[in-house]
Amino acid sequence: MKHRSLFYKFAGSPYLVWSIMFIIAPLIFVVYFAFTDRNGSFTLENITSLSSYSETFVMSLGFSLIATTICLLIGYPLAYCMSRTSERTRNILVVLLMLPMWISLLIRTYSLMALLDNGGLVSTFLTKLGFQKLTFIGTDAAVILGMIYDFLPYMVLPIYTSLTKLDKRYLEAASDLGCNGVQVLGKVILPLTVPGIISGVTMVFVPSISTFYISQKLGGGSFDLIGDTIERQFQNSVTYHTGAAISLVMMILILISLAIMNKFSDNEGDMIV
Amino acid sequence: MKFLSRFYIAIIFLILYAPILVVVLFSFNESGNLSSFSGFSLYWYKDLFRNSEAITALKNSLFLAVTSSLLATVIGTLAASSIAHSKNKFYKKTMKTVSNIPMMNPDIVTGVSMMLLFVGVATILGISDSLGMWTMLLAHTTFNLPYVILSVLPKFNQMDKHLIEAALDLGCTPTQTFFKVELPCILPGIVSGLMMGFTLSLDDFVISHFVSSPDFKTLPLYIYNQTAHEVKFSMYALCTLMIVAILILLIAVNVANNKKDRRKPAKALRGGGAR
Repeated sequence: MKHRSLFYKFAGSPYLVWSIMFIIAPLIFVVYFAFTDRNGSFTLENITSLSSYSETFVMSLGFSLIATTICLLIGYPLAYCMSRTSERTRNILVVLLMLPMWISLLIRTYSLMALLDNGGLVSTFLTKLGFQKLTFIGTDAAVILGMIYDFLPYMVLPIYTSLTKLDKRYLEAASDLGCNGVQVLGKVILPLTVPGIISGVTMVFVPSISTFYISQKLGGGSFDLIGDTIERQFQNSVTYHTGAAISLVMMILILISLAIMNKFSDNEGDMIV
Repeated sequence: MKFLSRFYIAIIFLILYAPILVVVLFSFNESGNLSSFSGFSLYWYKDLFRNSEAITALKNSLFLAVTSSLLATVIGTLAASSIAHSKNKFYKKTMKTVSNIPMMNPDIVTGVSMMLLFVGVATILGISDSLGMWTMLLAHTTFNLPYVILSVLPKFNQMDKHLIEAALDLGCTPTQTFFKVELPCILPGIVSGLMMGFTLSLDDFVISHFVSSPDFKTLPLYIYNQTAHEVKFSMYALCTLMIVAILILLIAVNVANNKKDRRKPAKALRGGGAR
């Protein structure tokens, strides 16, 4: 037995070393770069210069909040409808929902662009119907639509999981005790699926606030979200320090919002995925 | 009500799949034109396979996915065994929190932080261009690790600890105990961790984008470069092939799972009898 416990003591050390080198150290480097200038001396200039990006921050936050809200409004009813179908249909629908999650984000964004592009199917169809030629790529709506389209399955799946785990007897009890349909939904189903909602909101909000491919493709190059701004800073080694500062601020903002959201989810230790 | 719910499901799934179907359909379009389908042709597929850059990118992607997921599985399984058997609460909590960092952080921050690490270390060591295959391998292994731990750790916790004692009592050496008792118990977790790592690595664009160099491109990076300026129909062909590959993989996994589910009752019975 002695050998075994010794083995388990050391079995974790490769990972421990690995995570110090490649998880902790990179974050230290971000902090270091954020607070130094090109000569390596301490400065707060990178952080203070961020005020010029405040508009970008606000716009990104707005876009991802809108996308997350719409995903929730579309996704919750979808998850609910899915959970009410027969088991066979349900399994097929889950596979159909997961398939887009496995297809690369690049491919899906690119295919959405193919559909909406000027001269693409939608605009050709609309022109044939006699509408004016309208440009969709490059508008706010196109970027938000891209976020919704790309991340909707990530909202639906955790909500669906928590809906199927719901004990049906609660619903029967509620209606027996005199709740009507709307009350059952508002007083029993919604509160019990909050962990799923939180999980879904996180999985949509975090990637949409940090995206840069969606805004590049569907924004037609004229859009600057936080993700684009960060990406641009890292194309030239001169601006690494500013990029690190923006990344640091974004990381802190996201960690704070995740902490706030987790407060709502009744301290349930495990995430539903 | 039932009709309404079916209708809603159908509409959303139709919207979800419309762009993908357009890409698949137009990859067979004779003309390089999105506004109308002029005739069936495999021209864009031939165009794709004539392109050696795409083939190299595919090879790079597969190589990276295999090596990084294997490496992550070995390190991650060892780590999970250590976390599961440790009695030190602080150690357990620290290990779990550390594994959460790459999963909570947006990909772009993970990518940027690793790039700064590689560039920073290279500057200290005096190497000029540090990014390439090795940095990609390190980065991919790092983001695979938490997922491996997350899928193996529950298997260790679910395992009946008495089984190990019984094996040792009945004369197994610790090595034999590991291979004959523990490994079969945790194998499903290892396999799903390995597969998850493989697909995550194959799929990753954002982190790779920051830690790669132009001379080692993976498939997503290649697609990104190709779609930067204009619509290329050979990319539609490539996307179609990838979608088909994923579809086959997903169906295979599903069929395998269903088979396993059907076998489960028998297995449970046997387990109960043995105990």
